[in-house]
Amino acid sequence: MEIINKILDKSSLTVLVEKLNASGKEVYAPVNKKGITEFEKVANLQEMDFDCIATKQSAKSLVFPKVEKLMNFEKTFDDVIVKNVDITAFPEVIAFGTRPCDAAGFIPLDAIFTTDNVDEIFKARMDKLTIISISCKKADDFCFCTSVNGGPGNTSGSDILLTEMSPNEYYAEIITEKGKSILDANAALFKDSAVVDKTPLVAKIEQQFTEEVINEKLKTLFESDIWDTQAMRCVGCGACAFVCPACGCFDIQDETKGKDGVRHRCWDSCGFKLFTLHTSGHNPREKQAQRWRQRIYHKFSYQPEQQKQFGCVGCGRCSRACPSDMNIAEHLTQIAKG
Amino acid sequence: MEQSNIYAPYKMKIEKITEEAPLVKTFRLKFMNEQDAENFSFRTGQFGEYSIYGEGEVTFCVASAPTRKGYIECTFRQAGRVTKALANLDEGDIIGFRGPYGNIFPIDEWKGKNLLFIAGGIALPPMRSVIWNCLDLRENFKDITIVYGARSVADLVYKHELKEWEDRPDVKLVTTVDPGGETPDWKGKVGFVPTVLSEVAPSSANTIAIVCGPPIMIKFTFPVLEKLGFTDDNVFTTLENRMKCGFGKCGRCNVGKVFVCKDGPVFTLTQLKQLPPEY
Ligand SMILES: Cc1cc2nc3c(=O)[nH]c(=O)nc-3n(C[C@H](O)[C@H](O)[C@H](O)COP(=O)(O)OP(=O)(O)OC[C@H]3O[C@@H](n4cnc5c(N)ncnc54)[C@H](O)[C@@H]3O)c2cc1C
Ligand code: SF4
Ligand code: FES
Repeated sequence: MEIINKILDKSSLTVLVEKLNASGKEVYAPVNKKGITEFEKVANLQEMDFDCIATKQSAKSLVFPKVEKLMNFEKTFDDVIVKNVDITAFPEVIAFGTRPCDAAGFIPLDAIFTTDNVDEIFKARMDKLTIISISCKKADDFCFCTSVNGGPGNTSGSDILLTEMSPNEYYAEIITEKGKSILDANAALFKDSAVVDKTPLVAKIEQQFTEEVINEKLKTLFESDIWDTQAMRCVGCGACAFVCPACGCFDIQDETKGKDGVRHRCWDSCGFKLFTLHTSGHNPREKQAQRWRQRIYHKFSYQPEQQKQFGCVGCGRCSRACPSDMNIAEHLTQIAKG
Repeated sequence: MEQSNIYAPYKMKIEKITEEAPLVKTFRLKFMNEQDAENFSFRTGQFGEYSIYGEGEVTFCVASAPTRKGYIECTFRQAGRVTKALANLDEGDIIGFRGPYGNIFPIDEWKGKNLLFIAGGIALPPMRSVIWNCLDLRENFKDITIVYGARSVADLVYKHELKEWEDRPDVKLVTTVDPGGETPDWKGKVGFVPTVLSEVAPSSANTIAIVCGPPIMIKFTFPVLEKLGFTDDNVFTTLENRMKCGFGKCGRCNVGKVFVCKDGPVFTLTQLKQLPPEY
């Protein structure tokens, strides 16, 4: 679809969020609670934190919850009754105020869950998600989206992208059919606009390397001792995977209460030793350095090959969350230069 | 309309339990829903996720041959939580099964060739599927040799079937137990599989070798095969990385860029040599 250009006043934006709520959709936006900003359900725009560079956790839990029910089962005297989750009952969700990197993060995630065979539960959530992002006016030292084919005003992944032109006015790019259905249902709120050059309106983020260079370098680095050096301070806590918008690895666990039970899937991380540990005690990725190498190879070598999609959008969340100061942008720069 | 869910198992009834060796059992499983039974098909080499509702899922290969219709079998060793719970089940109990997953032994490409099966320990199950598959299509293949070793006589699995293979004129069976594992009336060989293999010294001419066993056995078997003149393309094995989903999504079973669950578990030695040693 060709992008439709519109203008939205701040007051119209406020009305839009109220109308989306009134139409039965669940609206999630960054909300600052005691100094930490996360995506939360909001009733109106006043609750939203417009200043936040990146929420601590990504928006991925809207389609890939931390713990998700795969099925219920009930044991009777001589049978087991299995009930699928009702994917038709999932709510329509709006991710509002996501950053372009958040929106882009849904693309590799979607590729994992829908390439070759389709994870119907994930797909149902994704189908019901509409992403209304806001371009970044500022960035911090951890941001590196421009090094991984992204950018502070990048439209990929978003259904609508808003860019602040003045405190009272937003430039709105309607990118997809989903975005257009929101435009059509609220046409009176939008004013026509010509194409606007976003460059002066968004943050400047210097490019440090390219994904293609990393991909090329990795062809010969598997046996390098760079992984030992880089992973020296990694404690294997898995925080990087949990905050990452593009990490999709999971575990499957059962939980029972009496005769009722649930089979869940829950977030997991290649950084954990247990992730690959065999029952025999053998572990194919025994050392933390091997697990760090897996993280980088998965995102920059395997995913591009398997799903034609890099697995990092440069949001910098993993570096912000790391308790021992692993900095992915620095590590990737070292790989690109090495 | 019935929703599909790739994580939903088929409901299976345990029809028969066979004690194979200490801590090793074979379950014969029947589909409880006739429609499932009709729709289901698999090929040799594939595996599935077996589950006890409330305990979790485990990965086992399908140990029966696709030529034996109406049921599937799995043979497992009691190892951890789920296998222990499985071992406590009785005939008539219900478990879940989803699959089949993974690639296959390309037996259609093996037509007109000699087959050499080399298995160690509990690794006979994946092998048993392909052995019976080939025996049921016996006219497609030339000589069939099976070299099978276990730690001790008690640890040999499928004892009845070993007897059946031994008695068949169209199969050459060599069984062996590790030194110290023999009983006074043991008539097979004594020695580790790779050693016994080099003694038996089967010809590599027009022959496919299929090797399944613990990593240490595999490691010492490959050089013996090489010495016997087998090329890497003619040597097949299966890998067993830890799995959860079985179809390339949960992210844990990869060896470099390949997923053992989706691109494997069957690999040729040529393929194996191109992979990093992450298995
Ligand atoms: C392709 C394939 C085929 C296999 N075929 C057989 C077979 O025919 N017979 C047999 O006895 N064993 C087989 N295994 C090994 C078997 O899956 C493990 O022994 C089993 O998962 C142990 O589960 P547990 O719950 O008893 O152990 P725990 O240690 O309690 O395991 C906890 C969880 O870890 C996972 N897990 C641990 N080790 C493995 C492993 N090696 N592979 C996969 N998942 C693991 C399981 O999901 C399990 O639910 C196979 C493994 C693979 C990958
Ligand atoms: S790897 Fe780090 S920087 Fe890249 S998308 Fe994930 S959290 Fe963001
Ligand atoms: S078992 Fe999940 S990716 Fe292979």
